[in-house]
Amino acid sequence: MSPSLLLIQGLSGLAHAMVLFLIASGLSLIFGVTRIVNFAHGSFYMLAAYLTYSFAAALPLGPASFYVAVVAAALATGLVGLVIEVGLLRRVYRAPELYQLLLTFALVLVIADVVRLGWGTENKTGPTAPGLAGSVRIAGQLFATYDLALIVLGPVVALVLWWLFYRTRWGVLIRAATQDREMVAVLGVDQARLFTSVFVLGSCLAGLGGALQVPRQALTNVMDTTIITEAFVVVVVGGMGSVPGAFLAAILIGVIDAFGVLLLPKASLVMIFVVMAVVLIARPWGLLGRPEAQARSAGGSVTAEARAIVPAPLVLALVAALVVVPPFLPRFHVLVLSEILIFALFAGSLHLLMGTGGMVSFGHAATFGLGAYGAALLLERARLPMLVAFALAPVVAAAGAALYGYFCVRLSSIYFAMLTLAFAQIAYAIVHQWYDVTGGDNGLLGVWPPRWLASPVRYYYLALVACAGGLALLAVIGRAPFGLTLRAARDHARRAEAVGIDVRRHQWAAFVVAGFFGGLAGAAFAFLKGSVFPNYLAVPMSVEPLVMVLLGGVQAFAGAAVGAAIYKVLDTVVTWYTDYWQLVIGLILVTLVVAFPRGVLGVLAERRRA
Amino acid sequence: MSRTWTVATVAGGLLLAAAGPGAAQAPIKIGEINSFSGIGAPFTGPYRQAVEMAVEEVNARGGVLGRKVEVIFRDDKGQPAEAVKHAQELVEAEKVALISGTFLSNVGLAVSDWARQNKVMFVASEPLTEAVTWAKGHEHVVRVRPNTYEQGRMLAEKAGRMKYTKWATIGPNYEYGKRAWETFRDRLKELKPEAQIVGEHWPTLGKLEAGPFVTAILNQNPDALYVSLFGSDWIAFVREAKKRGLFDKTFVVGILLGEPEYIDPLALEAPEGMLVTGYPWYDIQAPAHKDFVARFTKKTDKNPVLGALVGYVTYLSIFEALRKAGGTDTAKLVATFKNLKVETPTGPITFRAIDGQSTMGAWVGTTRLDPKRGVGIMVNHEYVPGEKVLPSDDEVKKMRGGS
Repeated sequence: MSPSLLLIQGLSGLAHAMVLFLIASGLSLIFGVTRIVNFAHGSFYMLAAYLTYSFAAALPLGPASFYVAVVAAALATGLVGLVIEVGLLRRVYRAPELYQLLLTFALVLVIADVVRLGWGTENKTGPTAPGLAGSVRIAGQLFATYDLALIVLGPVVALVLWWLFYRTRWGVLIRAATQDREMVAVLGVDQARLFTSVFVLGSCLAGLGGALQVPRQALTNVMDTTIITEAFVVVVVGGMGSVPGAFLAAILIGVIDAFGVLLLPKASLVMIFVVMAVVLIARPWGLLGRPEAQARSAGGSVTAEARAIVPAPLVLALVAALVVVPPFLPRFHVLVLSEILIFALFAGSLHLLMGTGGMVSFGHAATFGLGAYGAALLLERARLPMLVAFALAPVVAAAGAALYGYFCVRLSSIYFAMLTLAFAQIAYAIVHQWYDVTGGDNGLLGVWPPRWLASPVRYYYLALVACAGGLALLAVIGRAPFGLTLRAARDHARRAEAVGIDVRRHQWAAFVVAGFFGGLAGAAFAFLKGSVFPNYLAVPMSVEPLVMVLLGGVQAFAGAAVGAAIYKVLDTVVTWYTDYWQLVIGLILVTLVVAFPRGVLGVLAERRRA
Repeated sequence: MSRTWTVATVAGGLLLAAAGPGAAQAPIKIGEINSFSGIGAPFTGPYRQAVEMAVEEVNARGGVLGRKVEVIFRDDKGQPAEAVKHAQELVEAEKVALISGTFLSNVGLAVSDWARQNKVMFVASEPLTEAVTWAKGHEHVVRVRPNTYEQGRMLAEKAGRMKYTKWATIGPNYEYGKRAWETFRDRLKELKPEAQIVGEHWPTLGKLEAGPFVTAILNQNPDALYVSLFGSDWIAFVREAKKRGLFDKTFVVGILLGEPEYIDPLALEAPEGMLVTGYPWYDIQAPAHKDFVARFTKKTDKNPVLGALVGYVTYLSIFEALRKAGGTDTAKLVATFKNLKVETPTGPITFRAIDGQSTMGAWVGTTRLDPKRGVGIMVNHEYVPGEKVLPSDDEVKKMRGGS
């Protein structure tokens, strides 16, 4: 490789890195201070890009229109952030951590359809930047002037942020809150204002990032989901809450990505996740992050009240109904019921991790996908009978979970979550590229149960046995000494260790158990649908059980099943009636979160207590 | 309180489901599953409008077999599992006569396999993977649009007779991109044995950071580049490649890039002089097609795109099959689709008996800017019918051997 090539490739990587930095710095700030995992950050980015497109077209300012549009779009996005923070997020700050996540997920859906309604679904090409649209010659090669401008702008923004944090009183408070927000509150700082200002600034930065992408990228309806994972990777690699960390990580990711194209073109799908996994394994708090202060109040425990909310007679009645009624239902309803059961188990397996164990996974789809692919491969390649494949598939998933869980349980909180995501993405990439074995993106077809089991009602009973049985086992595990030990480790890891509990080993075991049942759900799903695809391991499949657990109530095990039922029924029914199902489901979720800020069962439990 | 709530949520939801779509008998119902949201969404809007137009027109003439036609649309959200759920619901609850649609290859394959298992007729309109009609083909599926193999070959027939010998490619890291390239490359090498491949690039779909790829391609110094990038990635690539002078040095061959879906969003930024497959609706002189364009523009206030033509042709084919089969019986539909001849706005097509692939072709031509309309267009184009590039029955039998 010639030096000029290296230089140009490095510069290309830097230009990409600067856009990443703008988005990630906002996300990092918001998380650092408010602890909100803001899924909607990518939506702000997308919204700003579309706003820039429209503003630039509407403004009568000639060449200046574009630049005014960029600033206006960033500010407008900040305004949207303000409305959302004050109008919605503030209502759920008292809820257990992560309920804000459910709200931001709902906002992702809403904003996606707002964009679809406002700008349509066709790809759009935005304006170029007047005066910067051409190229300059560097070391004998042409290089885009606009990218050069970005490379200058990124550090300028970083410097302005540095000045804000290190030279203003507001910055001091922000840094203090990032390190120990309870202490800052105790010292009499108005948290509400602090949170609002940070959220608005973070939204502005996302908006600026989106606006500046307009001359480089097409405008699409899926810009939000394509950027958000990458932004989280940068934030976590840099260290949550650290703006210099985000800067460093963005450069690392941008440049590695650029050179990966030259050196390992086949690995481009997975490169940044491998980098993240390596960084997190070596530095569990990211490059420049710091360990969080030990939380003084427990997040939310599986209380006796929450358990009693679903009394045994009701559970028995429900199970009886699930056994007796289906033959009398229309076949399609039986299929939907099977799907609900499968997702109840999937969400239930995640509940063991995040509810009982306090370990929030963003990569639980890996277990589901391993189970589904395990089943399909055992059936089609190993030619095993369907029931044998079905029974062995969860073992495959558990083995996979054991392998990567070993690394994940060394981490905590958001870093744990992101490492699970990294491994899920690596598994996704393997499944996606290994055409000879997995069929690549065209998946594996013909994964059907044998004829005697193929009718929807018969298969339903198999799913019922597997899923209700799995849920019952998970419930038992959660209340057994093992589950109680996990709770102890969750509520106070150091005290748990002090009484002689091997916290990591217990968490690892929980990871494997959750993997087993997640895999069982995946296997059941594979035979329900007749085919498996890499989508089963993708991010949306990890988000779904997370949403279900939170929706039902993370404090009660039954919440997972309740959440799964509510979400699946909503998802199935709403899509029949409107093209704008995201808007409708999003608004319903927003309403549910505001009405039930601890999940449906959590709030019911509270009401009963009161 | 709690009991009421839990029961109400679960049971209420199911009741709502039961009260949903009814099961009326009179009209012939067709289930249309497509990616109206998600990654396929930029392509399915005009498709849907053309389907609605076809249905309105046929109903205005008294429907099919004296019955009105009703299409029930379902959004697969770009997810195969979601599409299968819709197929189940459409057949079980809505009692549709057949399933039609899909855009993404994996969604098409999932629905196709479901159709095979459940013996339901599936008319795949847009998915491009060859597997639908070949490796994973079966008698319950037919496909309308010319597949990856056909379009790759159409381009190779021209490119292989040009002077270019140093080739590179860039396409999405998907079966579509890989197969689009392989079929093109294989035919190219037959026609031009001295052709060399200097680089292959497979960026992640929907996430193209164009800079590094353009640098890499420039560094390999090919004299021709074969592109199979997807919509939004193509736009990002064009912007970067133009600034870096790639199009000045390199001849570009692009599969689908002449389709209005791809070339219109670029407006006057569309590169000139590319060899592409596409749909020059503005230039097709057949009176039936001119009439189709006029009706579509009147209905939607938009120019047609290829998706619109495919949607319209798909439903003309379905109506014809229903008429010939004399009803909605699946076995009869399966038999009717074999060698079914359909008159379309761009001429007659046939669904081949061997594999159910229609002989609808594509237009191959060169891109140029049309300053008057402010977009890129295709010139010197030629319609290549499917028959010219489709493999023989024996070859298809070999490909289908496995399943």
